[in-house]
Amino acid sequence: MNRVGAAIVLIAVLAALFGPAIARFDPSAQELARRLDGPSAAHWFGLDELGRDIFSRVLAGARISLLVGIVVVSISSVVGTLLGSIAGYFGGTVDEAISRVIDILLAFPGLLLAIALVAVLGPSLTNVVFALSLIGWVGYARLVRGQVLRAREFEFVQAARALGAATPRILVKHIIPTALPAVTVQTTLGMGGAILAEAALSFLGLGVQPPTPSWGTMLNGGRTHLLDAPHLTIFPGLAIAFLVLGFNFLGDGLRDALDPVTRRSGG
Amino acid sequence: MLRFLARRIALTIPVLLGVATLVFSLIHLIPGDPAQAMLGESASPQDVAELRARLGLDRPLLEQYGRFLRGAVSGDLGRSLRTNQPVTSAIIERMPATFELAAAAMFVAVAVAIPLGIAAAVWRGTAVDHGATTLSLLGISIPNFWLGPLLAIIFSIELGWLPVSGRGTWAHLVLPAVSLGAALAAILARMTRATLLEELREQYVVAARARGASRARAVVRHAFRNSLIPVITLIGLQFGAVLTGAVITETIFAWPGIGRLLIQSIGFRDYPLVQGCILLIAVTYVGMNLITDLLYGLVDPRIRYE
Repeated sequence: MNRVGAAIVLIAVLAALFGPAIARFDPSAQELARRLDGPSAAHWFGLDELGRDIFSRVLAGARISLLVGIVVVSISSVVGTLLGSIAGYFGGTVDEAISRVIDILLAFPGLLLAIALVAVLGPSLTNVVFALSLIGWVGYARLVRGQVLRAREFEFVQAARALGAATPRILVKHIIPTALPAVTVQTTLGMGGAILAEAALSFLGLGVQPPTPSWGTMLNGGRTHLLDAPHLTIFPGLAIAFLVLGFNFLGDGLRDALDPVTRRSGG
Repeated sequence: MLRFLARRIALTIPVLLGVATLVFSLIHLIPGDPAQAMLGESASPQDVAELRARLGLDRPLLEQYGRFLRGAVSGDLGRSLRTNQPVTSAIIERMPATFELAAAAMFVAVAVAIPLGIAAAVWRGTAVDHGATTLSLLGISIPNFWLGPLLAIIFSIELGWLPVSGRGTWAHLVLPAVSLGAALAAILARMTRATLLEELREQYVVAARARGASRARAVVRHAFRNSLIPVITLIGLQFGAVLTGAVITETIFAWPGIGRLLIQSIGFRDYPLVQGCILLIAVTYVGMNLITDLLYGLVDPRIRYE
C-alpha cells in the first residue's frame, strides 16, 4: 500500500513540475469551435465548455492542489505542534486557554468554518489557504498535546530537567521528537484532506476562481454539462480521487510502519 | 450519573458561547464596510446607512454582541436581506429536508459498513479483507462532489432509473443519500474492522475460541457486541461531517435543505442568513456530540469517573 501511495504521489509531483512540458496545449488556450468535444487522439480527456484541453488543465491543476496541500499542511503542522507542545508541557492556564480555543474550533464540523470564512473574506486561493490553515492546526495541536503529556513523565525528560536543561531545549530536543512519528502520519493524511477541502471549496465556487485551472473549479464548470459532456466531470474528479487515495495509502502505510502494535498484528 | 450529566452539560456552555462569538464576528471580518459589501458597490450612501442601522452595525461593538447573543438564545437571528423573511423561520422550513437526507445517508452508511467491517475482520489477511480495505480507502478518497455527479450520470442520465435532482418521492432520496453516505460508510467499515480485531485479542474471545467456537462465532457472538460501543460513538461524532457533506450534496442534487440555503445565501451576500445557517449547523453538531457523550457514559460506567 505504501509503495502504491508513494507512486501515485510521485506521479502527481512529476505532473505538477513538468506538466507544462508534457502538455501539448496551453491550459488556457481556447478552441471555441470545438467546445465540449469528447476525448480524442489529440485531446486525451476532451475539451471543456470553452474549448480548452482538459488533459493540460488536469496537469496544471496538480500544481494548485499540491501547492494548497503543502502550504496548508506546513502552516498547520508547525503552528499545531508548537501550540500543542506548549499546552501539554506547561499545563495550567496556558493549557486551559489553548484547549478552549481548540474545543471551540472543533465545534464546527469539518469544512463548515472554512466555508464561513471564505464566504465573508471573499473567494481566492489565499483565503482558502488561510481558512484551511486556521482549522488545520487544531488536529495537530490536540495530537501533540496528548503525546507531550505522556512524554513529560518519561525518565529521560526528567533526567534532562534534573540536569538543568532549559525548557525550550527540553521541548525541542526531547519532547517534540517523541510526537514526530504521529505528526508525520497526520501530515500525510492531512495533505489528502487539504486537497479535498480546496477542491470542495472551489467546486462550491468559494475557492480558486476561473480561469485558474483547479480540479474543483473544473468540476464546478462540468455541472451544467452533465448531460451533454460528462467528460468534463469524469477526468478532474478522477485526478482528485487518485491523488487523495495516494496520500491516504501512504498515510495508512506510514502509520502501520511507525506503530509497533499494528505492525506486530498485521492489522 | 447526575453529576456526570451536569458536568458534561456545563462544559458545553463555554463551547456554545465560543461558537456564537465566532459566528457573530464573521460579519466583522468582511473587508471594508459590511453594509456596503452586502448591497454592492453601486448602492447609494443612504441605502448603506439605512442597512447599517437596520443591522445595528452603527452601535458600539459590545452592544451589537449583546444583542446577537440575546437574539441567538431567544431564536431571533434577524431577517433575510433578500426576502425579509425571519432567518429562524427560513431555516426551520429547510430543516426537515436536511435531517431526512442526513438520516438516510447514515442508514446507507451503517447498512454497508457493518457487514463489510465484520467480513474484513473475520477473514483478515484474505482477499475479502484486502477488497474491503481498498473499497473503504476508495470511499474516503472519492469526494462526494464527484461521486454525486458520477452517480447522476450513470443512474439518471444513462439508465434513467432515478431522478437527477429535487425532493419528493423516495426515488429522489436514493442518489443524494448514497453519495453523502459513502464516505461515512468507508470510515465506519475501517473502524468496525479495527475495533473487532482489537476485541478478538481479548481473553474472553480467546477463551471462547479455546472452548471450540469458530472464528465467525467468536466474532459475531462475542467480540462484535463490545466493539459496537466505539462504532456507535463514531456514528454520533460523524454526524457533523454528514451535515457539512450535506452542504455539497444538497447543492449538487438541488435538495432544498439548509446546506443549499447556506450556499445560495453566500451567493446573494445575505449574511444574516449565512450566520443563521452556520450557527444552526454548529449548534446541532455540538448537541449531537453531547448526546453521544452522554450515551457513552450511560453504556460504559468507567467514562463517568474520568
